[in-house]
Amino acid sequence: MSTTAKQQAQKGAGRKLLSSGRGAVSLAVLVILLGLALAVNFGLVGFDPIAQTPSDRLLAPNSTYWFGTDQFGRDIFSRVMSGVGSSSLISVVAVTIAAVFGTLIGLFGGFYRGLIDLFGTGVTNVLFAFPPLLLALTLASVLDRNWFTVAVAIGVVYIPIFARVTRGPVLSLREIEFVRAARSTGMNSIGIMFRHVLPNISSIAIIQIALSLSWAVLTEAALSFLGLGSPPPAPSLGSMIYEARTLVLIAPWTLYAPGAIIVTFVVALNLLGDSIRDILDPRSREVSS
Amino acid sequence: MTAILRSSVIRKTAGALATLFGVAVFVFFMLRAIPGDQISASLGTEAAGLTEAQRQALVEYYGIDEPLTTQFFSWLANLFAGDLGFSVRAQQPVLDLTVAALPVTFQLAVFAILLALIIGVPIGMLSASAPRKARDFVGQAVSLLGLSIPAFLLATTLLTFFAVNLGFNPNGLGYKTLFEDPSVNLQQMFLPSLVLGFGISAPIIRTTRAAVLEIRGQDFIRTARAKGVKTQRIQFRHILRNALIPIVTMTGLQFGYLLGGAVVVEQIFSLPGIGRQVLLGIQQKEYALVQSTVLVIAASFVVINLLTDLLYRAIDPRVRAE
Repeated sequence: MSTTAKQQAQKGAGRKLLSSGRGAVSLAVLVILLGLALAVNFGLVGFDPIAQTPSDRLLAPNSTYWFGTDQFGRDIFSRVMSGVGSSSLISVVAVTIAAVFGTLIGLFGGFYRGLIDLFGTGVTNVLFAFPPLLLALTLASVLDRNWFTVAVAIGVVYIPIFARVTRGPVLSLREIEFVRAARSTGMNSIGIMFRHVLPNISSIAIIQIALSLSWAVLTEAALSFLGLGSPPPAPSLGSMIYEARTLVLIAPWTLYAPGAIIVTFVVALNLLGDSIRDILDPRSREVSS
Repeated sequence: MTAILRSSVIRKTAGALATLFGVAVFVFFMLRAIPGDQISASLGTEAAGLTEAQRQALVEYYGIDEPLTTQFFSWLANLFAGDLGFSVRAQQPVLDLTVAALPVTFQLAVFAILLALIIGVPIGMLSASAPRKARDFVGQAVSLLGLSIPAFLLATTLLTFFAVNLGFNPNGLGYKTLFEDPSVNLQQMFLPSLVLGFGISAPIIRTTRAAVLEIRGQDFIRTARAKGVKTQRIQFRHILRNALIPIVTMTGLQFGYLLGGAVVVEQIFSLPGIGRQVLLGIQQKEYALVQSTVLVIAASFVVINLLTDLLYRAIDPRVRAE
């Protein structure tokens, strides 16, 4: 009974997302970008993003190379789309790490209180004491350099946000009647936490996930701009923009293409995040939009 | 100062000190996660050419032969004595480097906040003055772009545009402090603080808009209108004044973004600030420098947050009662 009700609610949320203008538009943009990224990845469109064609260096956009070529004769369109793909992978893994560990810290701390909570809030406060980008880049610099460690570095930075937004609601949920009732029936704490408390904080976690994705994409781009992202020659939007700095006078398209695509990508993620928040959090509806 | 306020000051300060200790532990062990020891990390291939005696001397200098806890507490003791370590590449104590770099970043942060308020508050108020109308749409679009354009992209584009089309590139010369050459300094700070300021104007626009909309609907505004107070006076004396509380809070929360964004912006505009110091340390694998500098940044962040929080409790009676 309760599952069907919940499924219906979720279906309703999905429908609301599609019927809200910005939700539908941003979702469409993201589907197109990710579709192109996959198509390039499987060789359906464009070229091998790391294949160099020295005779075709620094060509302006044309019918063969839609976004032009770079200083090694690599196809910029394929590199940009492949960069969107790797940036999505890193960001999704990073936000998953942050959501899982952060929510667990908030859940256990808020539910058990005492020493566990003290430890959890301690860890949260320590991680919060670092400017986010600074922590990500220091972590990225000490870890072995590959796409997964970049995701870990970004994910760790966002753990405290998830811990903080979930802990408060858990603190009040544990005193609520149905949780007390479950306890009086002899259900064990772990069962109560995962069956009764977690489902009730899931919308808070989902809102936070939606809002965090754009930040993760921006952080990944900043790290690779600074030379601390996935190592070359793997294409990444940040390092493409870094390389374009010295080429922009003779080949401006090397800057425009990755720049325009990353802004489009992040705008779409931000709009999607805002729409999801407006649908799931009734309080934000009157204030924004 | 009431007893409640005093006890909350003590509690908050103790909490901040505990956090600072945790930060020190975290920074120390994070930098011990580097593969290999500090000698091969900082000397790279040159490490292979060291004689056994030279290597031993370096091991003792870094204290690598000591147990980790001893290393940690001797680092902490050195910090309290004002010894943040020594930068081999710069041939200068890290403390001197930090003392020179902090004011640069501080000036950048202050200018960025001022520009963000100059951009953000008027746009937020305009947005709120006609919700869901054209100007609101423009205001929201500006804030969306502020959130979505990466600082490094905006910085690179502005730098190229100004240098090529207008021949304006004050950052190409060596950095001058505000006291050495105020005019050059202000020119050098303009584009970097504009980039950072545009980034944080986005949350300021959103906060201003939401706060103005909320306050506008309250009874005391209706009373003021009924009394015949002029619209403009209501806008500024009644609405904006009350909206300032959330705006100031939101601005305070952006300090972390500023200190992180400073790394990117200082690098692009060649400003010798604290962010660039960390990045240079990372690039040149001077982990002693990175360790102390990251700690200094985190510590200033904790102190800024503590001061904002305490100031808040002193000003706002509703927070005090909590």
